Amino acid sequence: MSARANILGKLRNSLAGTTPRPDEFDERLVTAPWRYAPEDRIDRLRSLMEAVHTEVHQCRSDNWPELVAELLNKRNLTNLLCAPSKEHGRALQAYFEATEQKVELLAYDQPVEAWKEELFWNVEASLTGTLGGIAATGTLVLWPDRNEPRLMSLVPPVHIALLKASEIHDNLYDMMVAQDWAAGLPTNVLLVSGPSKTADIEQVLAYGAHGPRELIVLVLEDA
Amino acid sequence: MSQRIPVTELTPDFRGRAEEALADGQLRNNFRVAMDSLMTKRANAFPDADEREGLRELGNRIKAGALSRLPDLLEQLEQKLTENGVKVHWAETVEEANSLVHGIIEARKGSQVVKGKSMVSEEMEMNDYLAERGVECLESDMGEYIVQLDNEKPSHIIMPAIHKNARQVSKLFHDKLGEPETEDVNQLIQIGRRTLRRKFMEADVGVSGVNFAIAETGTLLLVENEGNGRMSTTAPPVHIAVTGIEKVVPNLRDVVPLVSLLTRSALGQPITTYVNLISGPRKPDELDGPEEVHLVLLDNGRTGAFADAQMRQTLNCIRCGACMNHCPVYTRVGGHTYGEVYPGPIGKIITPHMAGLDKVPDHPSASSLCGACGEVCPVKIPIPELLQRLRQENVKNPEQPQQVKGGGAKYSRTERWIWRGWQMLNTRPALYRSFLWAATRFRVLAPKKAGPWTENHSAPVPARRSLHDLAARHLDQNGGRPS
Amino acid sequence: MSQLFYDAAPNATRVSPEREADRHYPEKPEAVTLFGTCVVDLFFPEAGLDAIRLLEREGVRVHFPQEQSCCGQPAWTSGYRDEAKAVARAQLDILDQSGLPVVVPSGSCGGMFRHHYPALFADEPDTLKRVEALAERTFELTEFLLEVCRVQLADRGAPSKIALHTSCSARREMNTHLHARELLQQLEAVERVDHDHESECCGFGGTFSVRMPEVSGAMVKDKTRSLIDSGAVEMVTADGGCLMNINGSLEKQKESFRGRHLASFLWERTNGDNAGEVA
Repeated sequence: MSARANILGKLRNSLAGTTPRPDEFDERLVTAPWRYAPEDRIDRLRSLMEAVHTEVHQCRSDNWPELVAELLNKRNLTNLLCAPSKEHGRALQAYFEATEQKVELLAYDQPVEAWKEELFWNVEASLTGTLGGIAATGTLVLWPDRNEPRLMSLVPPVHIALLKASEIHDNLYDMMVAQDWAAGLPTNVLLVSGPSKTADIEQVLAYGAHGPRELIVLVLEDA
Repeated sequence: MSQRIPVTELTPDFRGRAEEALADGQLRNNFRVAMDSLMTKRANAFPDADEREGLRELGNRIKAGALSRLPDLLEQLEQKLTENGVKVHWAETVEEANSLVHGIIEARKGSQVVKGKSMVSEEMEMNDYLAERGVECLESDMGEYIVQLDNEKPSHIIMPAIHKNARQVSKLFHDKLGEPETEDVNQLIQIGRRTLRRKFMEADVGVSGVNFAIAETGTLLLVENEGNGRMSTTAPPVHIAVTGIEKVVPNLRDVVPLVSLLTRSALGQPITTYVNLISGPRKPDELDGPEEVHLVLLDNGRTGAFADAQMRQTLNCIRCGACMNHCPVYTRVGGHTYGEVYPGPIGKIITPHMAGLDKVPDHPSASSLCGACGEVCPVKIPIPELLQRLRQENVKNPEQPQQVKGGGAKYSRTERWIWRGWQMLNTRPALYRSFLWAATRFRVLAPKKAGPWTENHSAPVPARRSLHDLAARHLDQNGGRPS
Repeated sequence: MSQLFYDAAPNATRVSPEREADRHYPEKPEAVTLFGTCVVDLFFPEAGLDAIRLLEREGVRVHFPQEQSCCGQPAWTSGYRDEAKAVARAQLDILDQSGLPVVVPSGSCGGMFRHHYPALFADEPDTLKRVEALAERTFELTEFLLEVCRVQLADRGAPSKIALHTSCSARREMNTHLHARELLQQLEAVERVDHDHESECCGFGGTFSVRMPEVSGAMVKDKTRSLIDSGAVEMVTADGGCLMNINGSLEKQKESFRGRHLASFLWERTNGDNAGEVA
């Protein structure tokens, strides 16, 4: 007998003569306490994210690249990983070229094996889009894909994320249902609620454990 | 690399280890401070008692619902994961699980494993198993890394190195890594970051645990704050997840309340920094992520717990650690005193099914049944009730068939007779009253030493007259009327 | 608590019981039975007598069946179910003779009647009905005074500062800490001060105190330290077990600080005479 058959057999034997319990999920419990007026969503997300060391900026579709340049220059960063295949990547590239920024724009356009060393040690910052945000917990939702792969938001020490205000949902449940996640998930879905941190020594919070030391969120208020 | 902790080698029994821990002022202080802080954080994370209680009840219903159709869910999970390209393996014992993991590593000719935090891999003692076969298995959670470096085991399921303070970590990093001493926690963490970053990059295989396995979508969900979980499951070419069979939930939406309960109960966080939902290996057009993803489903005694409807409730556990944070016994003796992978109240009720009650015969008694654990459990496991049940199993006649593995270890004919005598005294009113009469009249003869009681207390001296006497006289005088 | 599962299929997957609704309290009865508890019986009988006096002052007749002994808790928490059940059955028979409401001057024993007897008799449907009726009419003393008698205490004592300790089972199974606090609040000249880790267990836990004396001893030492450091002049508690544990430890440590039973404290404060006078 295989382990599988043994395990399933034992479990079935222990349940003999019983019926499965009914589904008692009550969506009110995970939505009602977490509803916000549309105009309060940004504030809620912002205050929660700031409480865990995230820098949040409210800006517009036409001025965010300028802000990115400013943020990078302030930190003396020399390169930024972004996706030229995406609309926001192109916008950034155009702005950087037009204003002759010194920051080098890098693209994640080859399998990680081809440039792991460089990605892990030389990339200083990255910029990605998001699928949306969650006001209840101060969370960004990322669905990495070919253009913005999984390690892009994890390995560089600074991660800048673009969040459209119109895509901030009240709570995770609402977002899942609205976008019908259950119908099919990508390889990896990420909920990100701040920069990497640990409290494993004496419960003292330290940021930049293994992932980004800094998370910067740009909320596009008109998008 | 040996994973044995010196403390458990030196002192074989719970009481002995407890005595040593209690005498260690530094250790006691480290735990008291940490547990106080975790209790406060949890309380602050649930400001609304109604909301909290509603959510706990929902958590309980989801887990109970899942258990009530566990075999079907496991099959559904397997099917969905397989469709998603994840290979599913089943193991009845830790030996089988280890051998499966080693087989996967061997097939890739791997020699370096980097591990995210996983209590199931601790159950398996995977590090030892792989080390013996020439595979280096490095812990990447900061706390786990610290205890591994010191050849210890975790003392807490969420905060593995909570028994150490910054000074102790600094000395450890100095001794083992040659780093300059510093008590600045930020600097200590940066030492860990540098060391482990290279390992993430070089590792052949990443191993992780699973917080929830979602049958509906074939998804493995992991929560974490550090990013080591994401690293371990994304950077190496192979990802092996190991988990107990009880971690499966029916629907994706179920994780909304469960994650909220988990992170708020464990650390007082509304959500962890990262919630990582993995539904498969790298697709042909993707540029990173592991080429292979495996899931090892481990039994290790869980089907035994499942067979007993009362003990089945132990499988509700979502491993938040709130029960230990709130336990007055754990707070005083720390996790290593328990001598097992899972310490604290939850450890006491799940270890018997894994190791056998006869391996941990003192655990059920190491509780004042104060009820703090049951009060905070996010999935409402009636921990005190289950401890009481194990006490019954402990004292059963070992010659009778046992309902819990290793039951009857504390059977004592003498103690059984003492309780029979106690029963006689308390069911025969004339006898009981004679006892009261004698105990109060001859109170001066009360022994000055009363076994372990007088280690901590003065000898108990009965009153001059029992309440039976006082009440009879009082009610007689008043003719039973209100005075 | 397990009592809610007695009608489920034996191998059905269990859920936690529905949350208990706020307890509905009856009108003040003419008479009650006092269940003294074994610890009070032998070590703190004056507290039991003061409980009788407090009840009588509220116009409630008190019965004290001489056949009563112990609620059965020590054997139950030690794993000796059959022995606990035999003793529980004896008490049930005695308390059912009059069928009067039962008042218990000890929260953990009251909790035994209300929450653990149903688990003990889960397999005896007929007895279970009687057990449920007993649970329904069992009240912890402070709860009964406050919620059923709606007592109004007139403080006649000198200003004093006290700390309150509540047994864990009473706190979690009976909400006794809230009742006791409210009663103490009625005493004008009494200031109740909080003590560090007030809700934490004193380390008694019945036989835990002798099975695990090292851990139990550490717990009671911490408890006595925080009581002494609280600035209170004495401690009151409505549980005999905790009282025996805390006072025994204080005496062993040669500390002068002491605790006493809440019933005695209330009677002394409100009667004007010396309370707890033992003939």
